Amino acid sequence: MIKFDQVSKRYPGNYETLKRISFEIEQGDLVFVTGASGAGKSTLLKLIAGLERPTSGTVLINNQNVSQLKAAAIPYLRRQFGLIFQDHKLLYDRNCYENVVLPLNINGIIGEDAAKRVRAALDKVGLLDKEKAMPITLSGGEQQRLAIARAVVSRPAFLIADEPTGNLDENYAAEILEFLYAFQQVGVTVIIASHEAPKHLPPEIASSIKVLHLQHGELV
Amino acid sequence: MSLWLTQHQQPLKLVIGRMRNNLMATLLMFCVIGVTLCLPAILYTVVDNLSRLTGGVESKPQISLFLKLDASNKTEIEAQLKKHADIASFEFVSKDDAWSKMQQDKNTADAAASLEKNPLPDAFYITPKKVSPDNMARLQEEMQKWDGVELAQVDANWVKRLDTILKLGKKAVFVLVVLLGFALITVIGNTIRLQIMTQREEIEVSKLIGATNPFIRRPFLYAGVLYGLGGGLAALLILTLVTLLFNFSVAEIADLYASNFRLHLPNGSSILVLLASATGLGWLGSYFAVNRTLAQFENL
Repeated sequence: MIKFDQVSKRYPGNYETLKRISFEIEQGDLVFVTGASGAGKSTLLKLIAGLERPTSGTVLINNQNVSQLKAAAIPYLRRQFGLIFQDHKLLYDRNCYENVVLPLNINGIIGEDAAKRVRAALDKVGLLDKEKAMPITLSGGEQQRLAIARAVVSRPAFLIADEPTGNLDENYAAEILEFLYAFQQVGVTVIIASHEAPKHLPPEIASSIKVLHLQHGELV
Repeated sequence: MSLWLTQHQQPLKLVIGRMRNNLMATLLMFCVIGVTLCLPAILYTVVDNLSRLTGGVESKPQISLFLKLDASNKTEIEAQLKKHADIASFEFVSKDDAWSKMQQDKNTADAAASLEKNPLPDAFYITPKKVSPDNMARLQEEMQKWDGVELAQVDANWVKRLDTILKLGKKAVFVLVVLLGFALITVIGNTIRLQIMTQREEIEVSKLIGATNPFIRRPFLYAGVLYGLGGGLAALLILTLVTLLFNFSVAEIADLYASNFRLHLPNGSSILVLLASATGLGWLGSYFAVNRTLAQFENL
């Protein structure tokens, strides 16, 4: 569960990016964070994933107050989140398998255990036959799927995607969203930032989505 | 336990893999460290062997004990010398023996003829068990205080001189070790800093997905340690080759002096010290670099 209470975020020398935001996300929700560029979507996601700390207000993640966490505890908070970025943030000096295995290694899982889970994750996004390929040889859509595989391989409770379809054409974008919906169907909390909520949603999804619309740093 | 093992095995494998991929650069790094380390090591070998030389000299230095002209306790002194633990052997030359020797010797006969009576005292010539300057000085001081002794004199000042030079040599080794150690920390630190820069992206991504600071540090610390160790081994190799090379010339010189003196190769403990200090310097260099450079990623 994620709970924001009167959360503000101000960067040094800047106006308030987020102003007194309050909301709650339940386990298993599918949440769209929408708004124009600069509305504060990325900042909101960073606050959720423990990449930033709020200037004021409280962020509770599974009943842990992020502001009160010690610096050494932050990495363990981050491991509960699978992150997907608009620019993928893949490592281009290693192959697909090595990209996906990284979160497992960080968690201390190596060897055969890790290999099984990496292959399962690659299989889920349809890249099992590309495990030896270098990311640069993949198409944009495939790179984003690889990023999804890396985000889900350690079976996080939350999946956070910052404009995952921003650089992709419509067909690829629809495909990526399908993957994300599928994880929500198995109980993962999925949070997606995008300019607007998708118009065409499968009926079983449409009923359960939550939209947080941001305008100039405020929820509307 | 197995988690701990994993945490160390994994970065070690990673680093060895990276070093193998950049084999040329890695070997060059080993050479730089090796050459730097072998400078003080060679000087140390020279100093160490010279001090070994003082222990093995054949014409051992003596202490001359001149008695007072009116001394009557000659037998007591002789008894004292006999039971003294630090004395290997001694020889007594009476004043009459010395006087007749002086009169017979061509070089001193004239001087002896111009003297009316025997000016020479009774004397003991003492060979101590240990010829180290400290020991000699201590014995000399002790004997000087004995009853009936006019003068106790150490004959071999050269032992003292050599020892002073050796002390200077040891100081030079120390200064070199400190200076070059500092240089090595800087060189290794800089290399590690560059590696961190090239892996900036990886570090950023790793931090984003929950890597702890020790996880990120470990490969770089291992890299530093391995550079140090490899450099230490290179230094050992260079040192051995140099010693063997020197020994050809040393053998020629020693043969001229009818001695079988040779430079000794580094022994077990000095090999251990060399490798341990190289590894330690590598760790220290990377530790400083990692802590300073990774502070830039702290705000993530």
